[in-house]
Amino acid sequence: MSHIVILGTGLAGYTLAREIRKRNRDVTLTLITHDDGVFYSKPMLSTAQATGKTAQTLRNTEVAAMREELAAEILTHTQVIAIDRDGKRLQLADGQSRPYDKLVLAVGAQPIRVPLQGDAAESVLSVNNLEDYARFEARLAGVKRVALLGAGLIGCEFANDLIKSGRQVDVFDLAPQPLGRLLPEAAAHHLREALAAAGVRFHLGESISAVERAPAGLALTTTQCDTLEADLVLSAVGLRSDTTLAAQAGLAVNRGIVVNEYLQTDDESIYALGDCAEVCGAVLPYVMPIMNGARVLAANLLGEPQALKYPPMPVLVKTSLCPVVVCPPPAAGGWQEEVSDTGVLSRHHNAAGQLDGFALVGAATAQRAALLKEMQG
Amino acid sequence: MKKWQCIVCGFIYDEAVGIPEDGIRAGTRWQDIPADWACPDCGVAKADFEMVELAA
Repeated sequence: MSHIVILGTGLAGYTLAREIRKRNRDVTLTLITHDDGVFYSKPMLSTAQATGKTAQTLRNTEVAAMREELAAEILTHTQVIAIDRDGKRLQLADGQSRPYDKLVLAVGAQPIRVPLQGDAAESVLSVNNLEDYARFEARLAGVKRVALLGAGLIGCEFANDLIKSGRQVDVFDLAPQPLGRLLPEAAAHHLREALAAAGVRFHLGESISAVERAPAGLALTTTQCDTLEADLVLSAVGLRSDTTLAAQAGLAVNRGIVVNEYLQTDDESIYALGDCAEVCGAVLPYVMPIMNGARVLAANLLGEPQALKYPPMPVLVKTSLCPVVVCPPPAAGGWQEEVSDTGVLSRHHNAAGQLDGFALVGAATAQRAALLKEMQG
Repeated sequence: MKKWQCIVCGFIYDEAVGIPEDGIRAGTRWQDIPADWACPDCGVAKADFEMVELAA
């Protein structure tokens, strides 16, 4: 029986391990992580303030219980510095090495950082995992004014969470609308108006160029040369797949680690899943692609090959003040938007006139199940 | 009536409310939801759900 090694214990790594164990209790399974291996729900990080969760209570399952549940060896606080593909071994930072028969890279993504001037530029935080969230939570205590860089999915969710927890929230984005990459115009406008009505101040077409220490908090300079004071700056301008280890090992990388519909890299013993993977040309850093990918990859690793074919996968934006569900269409443009006082229902059709994507904002989110059914024919 | 939370994505199923748009009527108990049902938010199958029972 082969030895499967998974790098990473985020949602991708742990979900894959669970799927493997559903099919097979005997295969030798090792997971390796640079953190403490706690299992937590990443989507809950950006709704924690309003739902009364803390970095402590978000700790769902500690590593000892995960080892037992998965009947797996889990190495924590362990850095893998290189992959020896010929010898099929992983080189660790402490000088040791570890063998594998099949290796899965589930190493996630890193927050993109925009270059900032000023003596407090280093104080700008990003939240991409539970450790980051704990740092953010510690800094947030007693803070009234938060500036957010980025009005994408994570930026909008944090804006929603922070305004609901009674803070002053300023959101900057160079794009002309929030959720610029996901929503058509009228849908985005409705979301913006709903968050603005709750107090969120949007600065669109504008970003921050400098962050400096001020007598009471931080002084921000915008790209329009305006100034603004805040106590804390959170950057949420996007993610970049972590391809470092794969690239060093000579695997094909593009925006992510390049894998085919079997989630296999150009080395037949190495696979990739989750935010680090570019599956058939697409990097999809959301929950549903991980769930679908993990099921297929578990079968592939256990010698029952299955090609991944994604069903329609709606992306949820947890802006409770104005919920959003988007099923991104394969091509941009050409939306039909129905606007009402309570929300926007946007449909996208292909050349044959079939529904191939939708965006729902506000009360229109109740139509999700019906539209999914229509898409699935 | 109880509430259950998906540990993967945070989705909350409230038995009192159900999910009418998904065909699950208000008052449907967790144990009565069909086995082929999946979390509407993250796609986890009911069989894979590790629900955290929330105080009602």
